[in-house]
Amino acid sequence: MEAAIVISILLYLLSAAGYLAYFLLQKSYLQRAGIIVLLGGFIFHTAALVLDGIQQGHLPASNMRETLSLAGWATAGVFILLNYRYRLKILGVYAAPFVALIMVVVSQLPDEPAQATRLFKSFWLVAHVTVIFIGEAAFALACGVGILYLLQENSIKTKKRRFFFKRLPSLDLLDSTGYACIVVGFTMLTIGLITGLIYAKSVWGRFWSWDPKEVWSGIAWLFYAALLHERLTVGWRGRRSAIMAIIGFGVLLFTFLGVNLFMEGHHKEFTK
Amino acid sequence: MRDILLIGINHKTAPIELRECMAFSKDESSTAIDALRRIDGIHEVLLYSTCNRVELLMVADDRSQAVDTAKRFLSDFNNIPLAEFEDSLYVHANDEAVRHLFRVAASLDSMVVGEPQILGQIKEAYRGAAQAKSAGVILNRLMHRAFFVAKRVRTETGIGDRAVSISYAAVELARKIFGSLEGKRVLLVGAGEMAELAVEHLIRNQVAETLVANRTFENGLELARRFKGQAIRFEEIAEHLRVVDIIISSTGAPGLVISRETVKPVIRARRSRPIFFIDIAVPRDIDPEINRLENAYVYDIDDLKGIIEENIEDRQKEAVKGERIIDEAVIRFREWHESLDVVPTIVALRAKLEAMADSEIKRTVQAQAMSAEAAQALQRMMGSFINKVLHDPTMHLKRDGMLGDKSLSLDTVRKLFKLDE
Repeated sequence: MEAAIVISILLYLLSAAGYLAYFLLQKSYLQRAGIIVLLGGFIFHTAALVLDGIQQGHLPASNMRETLSLAGWATAGVFILLNYRYRLKILGVYAAPFVALIMVVVSQLPDEPAQATRLFKSFWLVAHVTVIFIGEAAFALACGVGILYLLQENSIKTKKRRFFFKRLPSLDLLDSTGYACIVVGFTMLTIGLITGLIYAKSVWGRFWSWDPKEVWSGIAWLFYAALLHERLTVGWRGRRSAIMAIIGFGVLLFTFLGVNLFMEGHHKEFTK
Repeated sequence: MRDILLIGINHKTAPIELRECMAFSKDESSTAIDALRRIDGIHEVLLYSTCNRVELLMVADDRSQAVDTAKRFLSDFNNIPLAEFEDSLYVHANDEAVRHLFRVAASLDSMVVGEPQILGQIKEAYRGAAQAKSAGVILNRLMHRAFFVAKRVRTETGIGDRAVSISYAAVELARKIFGSLEGKRVLLVGAGEMAELAVEHLIRNQVAETLVANRTFENGLELARRFKGQAIRFEEIAEHLRVVDIIISSTGAPGLVISRETVKPVIRARRSRPIFFIDIAVPRDIDPEINRLENAYVYDIDDLKGIIEENIEDRQKEAVKGERIIDEAVIRFREWHESLDVVPTIVALRAKLEAMADSEIKRTVQAQAMSAEAAQALQRMMGSFINKVLHDPTMHLKRDGMLGDKSLSLDTVRKLFKLDE
């Protein structure tokens, strides 16, 4: 395994430890350390991906190991952006361990050489993969925010407030951040699906071929569309929105992992 | 070295009746300071008097004499026989006096640990002493350290973080639900001191509008005027639930004022925006079942009291950290205070001059390639030169009954020669 990836994994783990310590001890310097170390990990990770891409001559997303690594990279990147946009520092306690976990899994997977290199040269494919992963990262964070929301709401409702009440931010901030994540995720997922369709047309001659991954992506898209629709029309927010964000990410995870592992289809070529 | 002395009574040692008699108004305390500093043997004086404590801080030559004088003075000034309050008095000297002051300033000695007012009161007292010129080198330094330590305790521990009154606890909760309270609407149902206090805290947190509903519309109008809000009729409460975010209820009604059935349709009409009920009334006004509705939160008086108890426990835990900070500060202050003694100052001054001389001699010896004999002669010359230079300052500092303030001279010498670095 390349040095850059190893360094980035170590930094991610360190950042996760920093955030957990911040959560327990509530010292702001731990949070600052957490985000800086995460940023460092992200830079090394980016370097590793760029080197890989140059070496292979195409986007490094040709096996499970590479796609997962890309997903971890996108999650770290989206979290870093989110961290500066919203003052939801505590989300790192979810995001950093999440990214670290993904990368530890990546390091355990075999690095098989890519076979279908012809397929990876298309602009539409690169756009499709990148955008989808950014969307999935946003949904992963929405799920994390949703979990934090449920914890905080529970502590307020049951009036047993000690642990989480003090450590988690206001319901309003959690809810609006979760909403922002879902809007970004949904936009990216939509663009990702469209570019995927265009790519499918260019390679296989048809937009849609009832491939299991296509079907499950469609289901996830409809699910999030329903969530946004309900929020805008009858005001689904708070608890319900948080639960939906968690379930939605479950569907997405199945689309990403379950379909790869258990079902056949033309995505199989990329994600053995 | 002069002693730092602290004499006082507080809420732990004296009942309110006695504290009342001992308390000094602002004018009285400046008169008292003026009188005390004229007394022989007392060099610096500072006095603070709050509803929970009266404390007199002095820098004096003779400890027991100064304490006796101060006790007699307190007795005469307040017209109470000494026997009536002597048992309640505590007297601390030097380290213990410094520690006590630091603990008071950091609000570790307060009735409600962590309450912020005490620091302001001590600053005010210091301003008084500074104006009366009754604070000299030692008290100036001591008070600045006290303010610094108090600030450190406040920022480095969570001692003042958590609400310890019903109305603050309500605001703290509201902030955990709504984040910023800016632009939120408040409805006060009924009236009552605690409820009105809570509304005032909310207004200070920039809520947009306050509505007041009272069974007697005229009373409601009057309250609304006070909060620069708007009065509504009691029957209109239900329809206004659609637009308000925080409801504080405190009526004398025997039954529920707002029921679950009233609120349930409102949630949908509000498009699930959160709504927070604070029920201060006994018997309760708000149906506790409302808490089970989505995005609706109900806290009654017992819930709020529960929060306060938890918060007080928290503060006490944080106070332990505060004590550690204070321990450190007391030691640092003692080091400085002891340095004000004559002998260590002269020793430090001599050491500094000798170090300078040594390095200059070494350079000259090397540059001129001097013989060992010549170098020794040079060394001797420097030694007697230093003795001559130090002779007059030493005599001046050591002279008994030196005019003016000895610690002032010592402090100046230490500063001029940078002896504290």
